[in-house]
Amino acid sequence: MRLMKGRVLVVDDDAALSEMLGIMLRGEGFEPTFVSDGDKALEVFRDSHPDLVLLDLMLPGIDGIDVCRQIRTESGVPIVMLTAKSDTVDVVLGLESGADDYIVKPFKSKELIARVRARLRRTDDPAPEMLQIVDVEIDVAGHSVKRNGRPVSLTPLEFDLLVALARKPRQVFTREVLLEQVWGYRHAADTRLVNVHVQRLRAKIEKDPEHPEIVVTVRGVGYKAGPA
Amino acid sequence: MEGAASSSEAGRGPRATLPGGAAADPAAALPGLGLGRPAAGSRIALLVRRAGRRLPPQVRRALRTLDRRARMVAGRMRRRWHRSLQLRVVATTLVICVVVVTVLGFFLVQQIESGLLNSARTSGAHQLANGLAVAKDERGLQGSAGDRDNSLVSLASTLQGLSGPGDNFDVVILAQPSGDSAFGGTYGNQNVNYLSVPGTLTRQVTQEQQQGRTDELWSTPTLMRYRNGRSPAPGLAIGGVINGQYQLYYLFPLDQQQATLSLVQHVMLFGGLALVALLVGIVSLVTRWVVVPIREAAGAARRLSDGQLDERMPVRGTDDLAALARSFNDMGASLQEKLHELEELSQVQRQFVSDVSHELRTPLTTIRIAADVLFAAREQLMPAAARSAELLEGQLERFESLLGDLLEISRYDANAATLDAESADVCDLVRRAAADAEQLAARRGTRIDFRLPPEPCVAEVDRRRVERILRNLLDNAVEHGEGRDVVVTVAGDRDAVAVAVRDHGVGFGPAEAQMVFDRFWRADPARARTTGGTGLGLAISLEDARLHNGWLQAWGEPGRGSVFRLTVPRAGGQELVGSPLPLGPDEAEPGPELIHAPLTLRVSPARPGQELAGTGLPGTGFSAGYAGIQPAGSRRAGTDPEDRGSAGAGSG
Repeated sequence: MRLMKGRVLVVDDDAALSEMLGIMLRGEGFEPTFVSDGDKALEVFRDSHPDLVLLDLMLPGIDGIDVCRQIRTESGVPIVMLTAKSDTVDVVLGLESGADDYIVKPFKSKELIARVRARLRRTDDPAPEMLQIVDVEIDVAGHSVKRNGRPVSLTPLEFDLLVALARKPRQVFTREVLLEQVWGYRHAADTRLVNVHVQRLRAKIEKDPEHPEIVVTVRGVGYKAGPA
Repeated sequence: MEGAASSSEAGRGPRATLPGGAAADPAAALPGLGLGRPAAGSRIALLVRRAGRRLPPQVRRALRTLDRRARMVAGRMRRRWHRSLQLRVVATTLVICVVVVTVLGFFLVQQIESGLLNSARTSGAHQLANGLAVAKDERGLQGSAGDRDNSLVSLASTLQGLSGPGDNFDVVILAQPSGDSAFGGTYGNQNVNYLSVPGTLTRQVTQEQQQGRTDELWSTPTLMRYRNGRSPAPGLAIGGVINGQYQLYYLFPLDQQQATLSLVQHVMLFGGLALVALLVGIVSLVTRWVVVPIREAAGAARRLSDGQLDERMPVRGTDDLAALARSFNDMGASLQEKLHELEELSQVQRQFVSDVSHELRTPLTTIRIAADVLFAAREQLMPAAARSAELLEGQLERFESLLGDLLEISRYDANAATLDAESADVCDLVRRAAADAEQLAARRGTRIDFRLPPEPCVAEVDRRRVERILRNLLDNAVEHGEGRDVVVTVAGDRDAVAVAVRDHGVGFGPAEAQMVFDRFWRADPARARTTGGTGLGLAISLEDARLHNGWLQAWGEPGRGSVFRLTVPRAGGQELVGSPLPLGPDEAEPGPELIHAPLTLRVSPARPGQELAGTGLPGTGFSAGYAGIQPAGSRRAGTDPEDRGSAGAGSG
């Protein structure tokens, strides 16, 4: 494992926090760029080609959730939300708009760095590996997914989630195990992360997301890949 | 006229033919209204008891069943009677009407009857006087026996002829043997039995005859008997004396009067019934007009109190009921307005909490990261600056948890806390919470002893909140446990799961027991804070427990430590009736008060959760919660200040 790249776009309107985040990120070997206005966020994102976005949910201009949606329309880049609200509605709204992970203010710098690293972590030159569940083909090394021969565009996180499930078809994964394998959480954290991302993944790969065949819910336990 | 005195006795005859139904009706109607039933039931019971021994078992059983039925019906009727205003008004009207109509009917019928009889007597007397005048002129009455006989026969037939073609009356002439003459006999209409003339009348007339008075006429009602097969019929007998020698009787059949009377009786009966029915109908209708809107109002008020604030009553017209409806609607509107205002206030507060949350958290994040950076670089700093960085780091942590707790409790105050319930094993939550507390316990040298049941104790709870409660209780127990063992017990029954955390530390007294759940309360203000708790932990825990419809209760005694017990219902939102665990020290570890006062009563609990009623004796320790004053779980957490007292600390 190694860090592939380290460009981080910080979208936050609080100048002090942005600067402090910059100091911290530089100290950890990342290259931060900043934008303080939601309206300009997409423009800066296109120019800077970041490997990860740190996005504050409350922004002047268009808010963080809309920025998140805009970025998602053109990129699967990892997005970590910074939120002051841990209430269910706000978090779920943020995750549903496409964020991969979130962190509640105030956070420790170590905590944030751990999350950023987890999202940027990629295995070195993965061995060629082809997986298949029902009619979905996954090329792990090529980082591509096809359903019925047609390519499906997944974010890296969605891809990781699908691969984790597909590597052990029919094995049931609890949400906690998935949090650890896909998100890199050591301690049990918010299982809503898993629920929301499974929904997003299903929306992309299932024929009928209401009656999933590829990522199946096992009531009271978790999820598994493959037909029930 | 002279005969009036004796007619009163006779008056009873025809009256007996009055239909008895009218008199019996009110009494018969009462049981149907539920007034007479209980008495009927007990009367049957009395019968059963009295006759019980003599009756065969089947009959006894049947009677018992009947008795039970009667009681059941009586009970239902009584309830109905007490519940329905309409029923009471209608039933009372019915009873009064029936009584009045019956009494009135009796009076009228009696008046008509005596009127008819009097007129019959008057016209009868006239006709008899005529007859006597005719008889006076009869020649042969003084002659020989044969002459007399012939004369009387012809007189009888003459007089009978006077009665007209319809036989208005029947003639009977009685010749009685007197002192100077042995002549005697009875003459008259052959169709009528002479015994129809009642003995009382003949005696009176005879007496008159003997006294020599001839101008008086006597009358009495009688039953006419016939020889030609006609059935007996009521009639009027009038008698007088012919020349001091013979007694002349006219028998008037009262067929027509009887028919008239019975017609009147029937009219009265049906008229009375119709009147009663009409009155009852009208009363029932009128009561309905009044009762129906009242019922509507009651229903609307109930729905309003159930929270349907849009509930309004229809306003019809301008009468009293419309005024009631209008006032009710005004009340509903003003209630709705007030609630709306409160809701807005709560909304404002919620927004405020949210804003404060954001506004405080962002700079705090900056400070936090800055402190982290400084802390990481402390070795390159001067000693004073390095130590400052360390202190900053440590205190920031405290500041954060205080802020977190403040925001949490404001959320409760704003009623913005929501329960995110799911099925979870409480033992599992205990283990997780304990894992967090272990560190502190290890530092304090405290051993945590778990007494968990082998089977999982599953309940519908918000894992985050219950874990937070347990963490708080464990931290508290370790902090105040003076290094002695902390015992965590979990138990479940059908309806609830309970966790008791027992420490053997300093404990607290009755005054403190009420305050442990207060915000920022410290057992001993002089004592150094060691673990840096925020002082809001138990207050938040209490709110968390309430949000589950659960209980969080404390027991403590100076020198013996304390017990905190959390009880949550298995099914979300269910009402708790008891706890599977006692709130107090273990029975296995006798406290000092048992040694000093061996006679202290220890009432074994009839039901788990009730055990405290007998142990809260003065001087022997105290408990902070009684089964009898458990909080009303249906109330929303934090809405009632009194609720807080009994749910939390309660009283010693």
